[in-house]
Amino acid sequence: MEGWDKGTKSVVGEIPLLSTRAGPRDGDAWRQRLKEEYRALIAYTSVNKAKDNDWFRISAANPEGTRWEGTCWYVHNLRRYEFPLQFDIPVAYPQVAPEIELPTLDGKTHKMYRGGKICLTVHFKPLWAKNCPRFGLAHALCLGLAPWLAAEVPILVDSGMVKHKDDEAAPADAAAASGSAAAS
Amino acid sequence: MEEDLHTLLRDLDALKQLPDPASIDRMRDRVVKMMGPSGAAAAATRSKIKDMSAEVVDSNPYSRLMALQRMGIVDNYERIRDYSVAIVGVGGVGSVAAEMLTRCGIGRLLLYDYDTVELANMNRLFFRPDQVGMTKTDAAVQTLSEINPDVVLESYSLNITTVKGFETFLGSLEARSSNGRSTGVDLVLSCVDNYEARMVVNQACNELRQTWMESGVSEDAVSGHIQLLVPGETACFACAPPLVVASGVDERTLKRDGVCAASLPTTMGVVAGLLVQNSLKYLLKFGQVSPYLGYNSLKDFFPTMEMRPNPQCSNPACLERQKEYMQSKPARDAAAKAKMEAEASAAIEYPVHMDNEWNISVLDDSDTATSSVQRASADILPEGLVRELPDEDSFIEPPAPASSGAIDDDLEDLQRQLDALNSS
Repeated sequence: MEGWDKGTKSVVGEIPLLSTRAGPRDGDAWRQRLKEEYRALIAYTSVNKAKDNDWFRISAANPEGTRWEGTCWYVHNLRRYEFPLQFDIPVAYPQVAPEIELPTLDGKTHKMYRGGKICLTVHFKPLWAKNCPRFGLAHALCLGLAPWLAAEVPILVDSGMVKHKDDEAAPADAAAASGSAAAS
Repeated sequence: MEEDLHTLLRDLDALKQLPDPASIDRMRDRVVKMMGPSGAAAAATRSKIKDMSAEVVDSNPYSRLMALQRMGIVDNYERIRDYSVAIVGVGGVGSVAAEMLTRCGIGRLLLYDYDTVELANMNRLFFRPDQVGMTKTDAAVQTLSEINPDVVLESYSLNITTVKGFETFLGSLEARSSNGRSTGVDLVLSCVDNYEARMVVNQACNELRQTWMESGVSEDAVSGHIQLLVPGETACFACAPPLVVASGVDERTLKRDGVCAASLPTTMGVVAGLLVQNSLKYLLKFGQVSPYLGYNSLKDFFPTMEMRPNPQCSNPACLERQKEYMQSKPARDAAAKAKMEAEASAAIEYPVHMDNEWNISVLDDSDTATSSVQRASADILPEGLVRELPDEDSFIEPPAPASSGAIDDDLEDLQRQLDALNSS
């Protein structure tokens, strides 16, 4: 974990570790793993809220808990940029990390695989492998997605690839505003 | 072509003034001739061939392959039509491997990929620019069925790493299983570009007792490898990923296509060739099937090695297969002994030299009693020393972190808690 900032390190320390090595095809063991996942996600969300660093919403999209959907956001220059977030639990989980997808950013950055899967190869996969099965979805969000957003969103915004949702409607609004100004 | 059309138009005008049946017939012939090239192309797609023939004529697509029998390489080449091969990943290696097997006249080919053809794929072989936008499996079926209509092609455009995709994958491998085979395929070739998918193929093959071959090209495009994996008998992919063994590189850190990984048609072609050559040797039982073959193109170095399964493998299905393999050892030994005896009785041994002037004799040095004593003495450590790493046979999983005891809460209750946090 060297190379990580102190804040992230201390937050990771507060996320409960998991212990069941079970994937979505393992029946009751998977239900146990799912409980541990929920406990870690609840703890992580609570810590974020307590530190005023709330930055994602996630919930299971099916009863088996094999697909997860939600949103995540990142604040850059005092403006909030929000992205839909989704992923499937891979069959070989937890030996294999989940592939987190931000579908609305697909094709906008090369730090991404097809379908909007963010690149976790260098900064996160080795860490996940070393900590299998103790890391869960909360850890993947904290150590995989959060640093990716912190690195990519400012570049995407500054290069104009991603526009704030207020600016997207802006040209029409601006025209309307100037129009009304002329009339008055 | 344009000239022909002009004369045709002139003749039509002439015909308008003076109707002449003979000139109409001549014109018809000319039109047919102009349509000629495309008509001929349609005829070039050959019909299916029932039996492979060794007859050496230009029109026989199998004459050169059947010649392998005449050369004494393969006993019965036509057997290739009874074999089914599944190719997972129809990219730079998989598509070329599929074409090679198709041209060899393989019986059935199952193709798996969830990607579409892109212009960025054109630095590799097989796919054509006009196929951009098609799914890789459909594009492959289009080309392969033209090359050899005898091959039964099945295409699956799905992601095998998802739970649903994996179930379809397992089902398609198991379908058509006949007696003597645990699955409906004889060999699975993994031609994927990432660790996750390899682990999934590994899982499926360990569960189905399916022999498979793994292939890979490094992210810098200058080296690659192929590996034979027989569940229980050789190392599975979770026992020891080949790149860790060969170069100390963690497989998980490799970039796959899409995030600035390099690729070359040459390296991909070489690896596909090595993979299919090993597959043909395995299926048609000739030569020696390589358990592992590396390819380092910078030094043209081809390392080979064998890897035994890891008794502490993290994959439960692998451990089960290892146990089965150990249990079947007496039967295997008996079979091997019977084979040896049959060979020995076939060829009676004669002493090489009739006289032994210097009384030279060969002693058996594989005496088990002495070697086990030596091993035992080597295992003893001086007093006060302990080994840091666990013993091979007594591996203990590190204790789970504290506070991870059984969670008594109901799953629904936990869900509600998270939902409450989400909505606040």
